[in-house]
Order: sequence, then C-alpha cells, then structure tokens
Amino acid sequence: MRDHRLDPQPGELIDRSETVSFTWNGRRLEGLEGDTIASALAANGVRVLSRSFKLHRRRGLLTATYHDPNAMVQVGDEPNVRAAHLNVSEGMEVSAQNVWPALSFDVKAANQLVSRLLPPGFYYKTFMAPRRLWPWYQRVLGRFVAGGVVNPEHQGGEYDHRFAHPDVLVAGSGPTGMAASLAAAEAGASVILVEEEPALGGHIRFGDDSDLGALADLRAAIEGQPLIEVMTDAVVAGRYDHNWVSVVQRDMAHVEERLVLARVKTLVVAAGTLERPYVFRGNDLPGVMLSTAVRRLINLYAVKPGDRAVVLTANQSGDAAITDLERAGVEIAAVLDARTGETVVEATGRKGVKTVVDSNGRRIDADLLVTAIGWTTPTALLNMAGDRPVYHSGAARFLPSSLPTNVLAAGGMVGDGTTDQLVEHGTAVGHEAAVRAEAVKATWRGGAPEATPRDIKGLDVEDHPELYRSTTHGFVDFSEDVTSEDLFSAAAEGYDSMELAKRYTTAGMGPVQGKVEAVNALAVHGEAVGTSLLETSTTTWRPPYAPIRLGTLAGQYHDPVRYSPIHPWHESHNARPLIAGQWIRPDHYGDPQAEVGAVRSSVGIIDVSPLGKIDLRGADVPRLLEFVYVNKWSKLEIGKVRYGMMCAEDGVIMDDGVTGRLSPDRYMMSTTSGGAGVVWNWLDDWLQTSFPEWDVKMTAVSDGYASINVAGPNSRELVSRLTDIDLDPHQFGYMEVRTGTVARIADCFLWRIGFTGELSYEIHVPANHGLEVWESLLEEGQDLEVRPFGVEAQRIMRLEKGHFIVGQDTDGLTQGFGFGIDWAIKMDKPDFSGKPELAWQKQRGDYPRLVAVQTDDPSIVPPEASQIIDREAGIVGRITSSRMSPTLDRSVCLAQVAHNRAAAGEKLDIRLPNGTTVPATVMEHLAHFDPEGTRLRV
Amino acid sequence: MLVIICPNCGPRNDNEFSFGGEVIPRPSVDTDPATWRRYLYMRTNTSGWQSERWFHVSGCRRFLNIERHNVTNEIRMVTDVGGNNDA
Repeated sequence: MRDHRLDPQPGELIDRSETVSFTWNGRRLEGLEGDTIASALAANGVRVLSRSFKLHRRRGLLTATYHDPNAMVQVGDEPNVRAAHLNVSEGMEVSAQNVWPALSFDVKAANQLVSRLLPPGFYYKTFMAPRRLWPWYQRVLGRFVAGGVVNPEHQGGEYDHRFAHPDVLVAGSGPTGMAASLAAAEAGASVILVEEEPALGGHIRFGDDSDLGALADLRAAIEGQPLIEVMTDAVVAGRYDHNWVSVVQRDMAHVEERLVLARVKTLVVAAGTLERPYVFRGNDLPGVMLSTAVRRLINLYAVKPGDRAVVLTANQSGDAAITDLERAGVEIAAVLDARTGETVVEATGRKGVKTVVDSNGRRIDADLLVTAIGWTTPTALLNMAGDRPVYHSGAARFLPSSLPTNVLAAGGMVGDGTTDQLVEHGTAVGHEAAVRAEAVKATWRGGAPEATPRDIKGLDVEDHPELYRSTTHGFVDFSEDVTSEDLFSAAAEGYDSMELAKRYTTAGMGPVQGKVEAVNALAVHGEAVGTSLLETSTTTWRPPYAPIRLGTLAGQYHDPVRYSPIHPWHESHNARPLIAGQWIRPDHYGDPQAEVGAVRSSVGIIDVSPLGKIDLRGADVPRLLEFVYVNKWSKLEIGKVRYGMMCAEDGVIMDDGVTGRLSPDRYMMSTTSGGAGVVWNWLDDWLQTSFPEWDVKMTAVSDGYASINVAGPNSRELVSRLTDIDLDPHQFGYMEVRTGTVARIADCFLWRIGFTGELSYEIHVPANHGLEVWESLLEEGQDLEVRPFGVEAQRIMRLEKGHFIVGQDTDGLTQGFGFGIDWAIKMDKPDFSGKPELAWQKQRGDYPRLVAVQTDDPSIVPPEASQIIDREAGIVGRITSSRMSPTLDRSVCLAQVAHNRAAAGEKLDIRLPNGTTVPATVMEHLAHFDPEGTRLRV
Repeated sequence: MLVIICPNCGPRNDNEFSFGGEVIPRPSVDTDPATWRRYLYMRTNTSGWQSERWFHVSGCRRFLNIERHNVTNEIRMVTDVGGNNDA
C-alpha cells in the first residue's frame, strides 16, 4: 500500500532502499528508513492518529512536528511518543492511545453528543459535592484520563549528564542559527549548535532549489568548522540564571537521553517561528493541516497529503504550499487568499474533511484543507531570560522587547527576510555573540570587559494580516479540547483575565504547553472580553520548553559512599551493612545480642572510624571550646578529655562528643559520625566571621584516623598487650587521653571513655594502619574471646547505660536542658552559642525531660516513636529509643516526657501502633544498668 | 545556577557553595528575647541588592561576603570575610 508515496523529492530524508516494517494497532505496515512514525502512517494512507482528550474526536496531523498536539502514540512500553518526531524502526509496535475499544469505533466519542454538558469547569462544577462520592467520581474520571498506558514492569534505561562550557550556544539551526554559529566560530568562539529536529536547516529544508543550495553550503561549512559542536535531535529545555542552559539530547547511542548542562557565555536564540492554526468550525478534522505540515510531508518524506485541496493562504508559506501540492499531483480545488479578505468558515466531514465552506458561501469538496494564517514566535528562552515579548500588530506576532546582554535573539524571532537576509543577520549576531562571550570571560578573569555590547541591526518586519478566528467557533487547544466557544463562555462567567480563563478552561495546559494554542487563546479570549489582550498581555513560557524524562533529570547516581579502612574485614566476615548517611557500617555480625554479652562479660571491639575528628591547635583553642560547647573548658589539663555538648544559637542541641588535650597547644575534638561535616563548617563559620583574631588552626582529620573502641572488663588487658602506653588506672584514668604506639604503629592516641558503659579505650590510629591494628586486636585477644561488635550492639549498650544520641533521642526542637546533663551547662560563662535561649529555657522550666522508662511487662518493647498518652492531657511524650536488653533480660526505653510527668516512679501509658496501651514506669536514673558507673571507673 | 567569582578560586558554580543568607549581626547575649529572636528568625527580605554570606564549602572553605540582587541574581561584589580580596 504505497499509493501516497511520491516520486523522489530533492530534499527528502528517506532512504528508498531500506524498507522498515512496523505495526499500527496490530496491523503490519511498511515505511522507509528516515520516515517518522507519522510520515510512514501518512504514506500508508492513515489519516486518524488519535482520539481527542475530552470529546474523543478523530484527530490527524496538524503541524507534523514534535509539537503536533494529537500525534501522540504508544510505542511498545512507552506512552505519549511524538509520532511526527520519532523515526520509525524495524519491528516497532505503534498503537493509538486514548481509544476504547478501538480507534475507528470509540465508545467515549459519545462525549461529543453531550459536549454541551461538558462546558469549561465541568469537573469543578459537577464533581464537587457530595464529598462522600469523591472516591466514585475519581474512579469514573480515571477511565477518561488521556494518554497512553504505562507498563509498571518497564525496566528503566540508562541516562546521562554532561557539563559543557561553550562560549556561544545557538538554539535553532535554520539559516540564521547556522550562520550565527559559523560567524561566532570564525571569531574564535567555541560553539554548540542545538537543533530540535534530526537534521540541520530549519525551514529551508523544505524550501526551493536555491534554499536547498544554501542549506548544502551552510552544512558543509559547519562540518568543516572544528569549533562548532552540533547537537541534532536535541532541544534547549531551559535558560536559567547566569546563562545556565540545559539541553536534552535524544538521539544518544548508549543512553536513552542525555542532559547537557551548559554554562554559556552568550546564548543566541534563533528558534524561528511556529505556524499557528486557524480557529473555525471543524478545524480539528483529519485533513486540516498547516502549510508547513504539508510542505514537510511532501518535501521531507515524499508523501502526498491528500487528493483535492483547499488552501487558505495569508503568506509566502501558503503560496509555497500551493506550488508543492501541485508538484505532488494534488488537485487544488480552491485558493482562498486571506490577504484579500477571503477565509474559511467551516470544514465538515465525519472521518475527515469532505467539504469546505468559504466566506463567499461556496461549498467546496476537498479532503485536504491547508491553512497558512500566521506565525507564533517561540519566545520561551527569551521569557526565561526575563524578556516580556510585545505584540506587533503589523506582523501579527510577538517580538522580543528587552534582553540581558548575554542573550541575543535572531532570525524569525525578531523579523522576516529572505534566506540571504537571514544568513546576513545571523552572521552579524554570531560575531557579536563571540565578542560578548569574550567580555564575559574577561570579567571572570577579574578584569574589565574589553568591549561594550553593540546593537545589531534587526530584520525588517513584514506586514501580515491578523488572523485568529473566523466567523465560526472552533478548537483553540487541540490537546485539551478547548474551543473558542469555551473561552467565550468563560468570559461570560466572569473569567475576564486570561490567567484565570486559562486555569478554568485548561487552554494551554496540555502536553503542547501553549506552543500551538497560546496566542490563539489570547486573541480569542480578548475578542470575548472586548479588549485586545494581545496588545496588553505577553506570552510567558516557563521551562522546560519540551518534555524531559524523569530519568534524564536524575542522570547517573553519583553520590559518594564512604567506607572505613577496616571495611574489607567487615565484608569478609559477613557484617550486615548499615547505611548511615554516606557511610556503610557494620550493623552486626549475625547476633547483636551475643555481641553485647561478649562486651559485658569480657571484651569486644567496634569500628568507629566514621566519628568526626577535628585537630585544633593554637593558643586560643580553649576560647573556641568555651564558645561552641555549653560547658567549661578553660581548665582542661593536658592528658584529660571531657564530654561536651553543642547547642546552636536557638539553644537546640546540635552535636556532642569528647574533646581531649593532647599537648599544651594541641586538642582533638570528636563529633558524632553524622555531625562531622556540620560541626566542621560551623566552627569555620565562627572562626572566620566572628573571631578572626583568635589563634586557632583547625584541621579535619576524620579520614586521617581509623578509630576502634575496645570495650569490656578485659579491654585493659587486651590493649596492654599491644601498646607502649601505661594503662595502670592510676596513670591513665577515666576521661583521660594518651598518645603512643599501638601494635607498633606510631602516632596513635587513645582515650578512655565509656559510651557503652564499660571500661573502654578508643584507639585512633593513622588510617592506613587501621585494618592492621584491628586484626592485631583480634589476634592478641583470642584467649579473652574478643569479639567484634557492630552499631546495633553499641546502640543497645548505650541505651542500657542511658546515654542519649543526638538526633535519635533529641529532635529539632530539643534545647539543652532536660537531658541529664544540666550540670554541664554553665550559665556563668560570659558568652557561648545559644546562651540566651538556654537561660530562657531554664527560666520557663516547662521543657520535656529525657527519662528512662521501663514497661511493666518486661517482654514488651514499644516501638520507637510510640506516643505516651494521658486520658486528659493527650500526648505527654514519646519513646525515643527502645530495645530488648540482653544484660537485664527485659525491655528498656528512653523517652521524652512532659516536665510534670518525669518524676521517678511516675506511671505512664504507652500507646502501641496496634492501638493497645501498655503501662510503664519512669525510672530513677537515665541508666538502666550500672547507674553508679562503677564499671567505667575500674 | 549562578556563577560566583570566588576571590580565592575564580568563577565557580553556586553548587560548590552553601548559602548563609542575609548578613545579620549577632546581638549581645544579654539582650531581650525580642531582639535575640529577630536575630534568629527575622530577615529583611529585601527585593533588590542584599549583602549576604556564602561559604565556599567545596572550594577554599572560606566565608564570603556577597552583594547580590535577589531579583535579577546579578552579583556585584564578592569578598573574603578575612579580607583576601585580590579578585
């Protein structure tokens, strides 16, 4: 079935030697290599591509471009494929979407009969009340949603990002864009030339012989210009601040799509113009096409678009379409010249155009109606650069008004001209773009720009009749099925602003996003409200210009993952991984309860390398510590460590840890693993912006040391076998720090602390020796039955001991007092971060308290975040940590409770997620186990 | 994405920096709650030129004073808070 394919055309894109077979709604069809889905279907005589969104009317090709509103099809798993853009390929399964049960017979087409009952705002008016019926409404409406079918089993492809730094980026490769690229490159600029379609050339691809000659010359020149990178089948999706430009590349070999993020010094927008449809009764029938659509079909794909045509023309494109149609053997039934006032009143037909009624009342039989009534300037990128385009009534289109110096508009965006004039204009703009790019780079180098921006002489603007709507009503928005009548009725209902009418009628809100319909909507709505909205409004197009897949935005996953130097050992010993921020840590090695038992009875070791470590040196370190911690530091002796808590300026606890004094001028601060970066930045902030005169040298050494906590009653025995440091408790007491060797590794420091509640030494060794020391500890401790333990065992033990974790037991509103360390907050210090808020908190007294809680039934472990409730007062607290304690053989909790419910012995009711309530009691101490701390001080 | 010309590192994308907002002087810690909370929570939110602080966290790790027009995002001055203002 090839009766619609023409003899070879000079500019055709198809390869007649390569047949491609594909299916359309299950039917096998043949196209040619180079055909789009739409051109292959047209060559097979298929005119109806879809059913419309609301009224389910038959629709065919209108613009024959990416932005053709009703040429969206399902291709395999992928819905909403642009049929006039994507090339057909061997074996492709294409089907019409939005039809049920079939394209030719669609039940929902009955909507047409009741279209009077589907006025604008129909959904808002009809499905409002009663509210209880909303789930039912939702189900019904769900069946009427337009679009294709998403396969939930679909396996996503690979997507990529790339960063680019061109001097000049040219959007659009018509004669203007190609000439601008060449001129910029000749001036020494690096250029990226982006074209939405698969080949360079823009509208001259379907021009006459001299256009095709010019095209060949320009293409050859671009090919020979190494400074120009060409991206075809790519679209400039957005322009953002400081000329950050995103380009979606669609024709990639190894990825589905690629997002190019380009820092452009000068952006040249040479996007040409888009042809606009005309509004009249029947303007959506298959067979009503724009002049550029038929010229594309004939010249690029050698497809005969119909047999007998009526042409409504107001410009050269319409006139050229007549020439092309005649050459293609299409009978011209009538030419209506809009420049002389002739127009179309109506097109009728059931499955497509059969009869056209003109303004003289003639009824003309035709299966094709071609309109050429004007142009829309695609000002999207200019809008994104802050421009407010202004309507030019002489040209019947919007033109740019003012642009920043790093954005230049060229070609059809600013005026009209022959191909030669466009090339000349593009050349001037391209050269200026290169000059301005050089000026931007000079500023970046810290110098003054060498040249001031020069104005480029614009193109002349040709007169064009203002044609938007005929004397009848027709479709304005083909994606959303909004007619001119709908816009009139919205105006009659009081929606006199286009912004409101747009939202009410949904005109311009479909997949085409205004490219086809925005200006018509503005004109028609203006007509309805009786003022020219074109004169008083502007068109605002927001990014992205064309759809981008979510995968393209996401790109590859590049977030860093951090491993401790001991990680290979954990991996080979079946550690269950725990994702803690960027870190992968051992959660446990199979049995966390047994790991607790080993530590409590003998000795265990845990890899705590992710702890933040900050080396502080200089005479003013104590002043810094006094300021950032709530407690006192001025008298910290050499060899001592102290626990410290940090509060932000709003008094909220932000981090905690211990800091030790290694030598007269050297301190080592530790932070929580998650807070390492935050605290480092925060200290820098204070030091640089508030206390620049202080003598403090700060170095973040978290990655420089591997850290191992050796915990348990036998930890002293184990560590003593490996270190030259005297561990005698009289020489190295609780909360002290020593430096020395461990397993013959020099430059280690050890501090004696007790997060787990046991005698423990935290060993910090130069990171590259971490694994070695870890293995030595296990080797030397064999007879002590030393056992590695993970984060889970540590969490259980610290909970048994009643030590809170910042971010687990505290939250974004938790201020310093009430967490068992009120004694440490020294309000007599002259100044420290958060001091005023802490003073007021203490005064108020009504803040929540952290308490240890035990359920009366020891076997119940209330899940973390369980609420503590009171029949009268409502929620009076919540469980912040809970575990089964292997040491006590019962459940243990920490909880934040209201101040008046925090006394020891207070009875609480904990609401479990299943709705039942369990009784519990507030304990006397935060520590469930060893509250006197005797195990730490041995 | 803005380009910030760091006086230490040259032109860099803004995602190398963290935004510190409007520069607000810290009141004395002996002040009243209203003044302190203005410092914590209230911002002038000028429409126009604003003095603000940025931290070149993925670069030189210096805090910078920047004058930025928060409508057009034009940047007219970038200096290191420590006074290294070569650029």
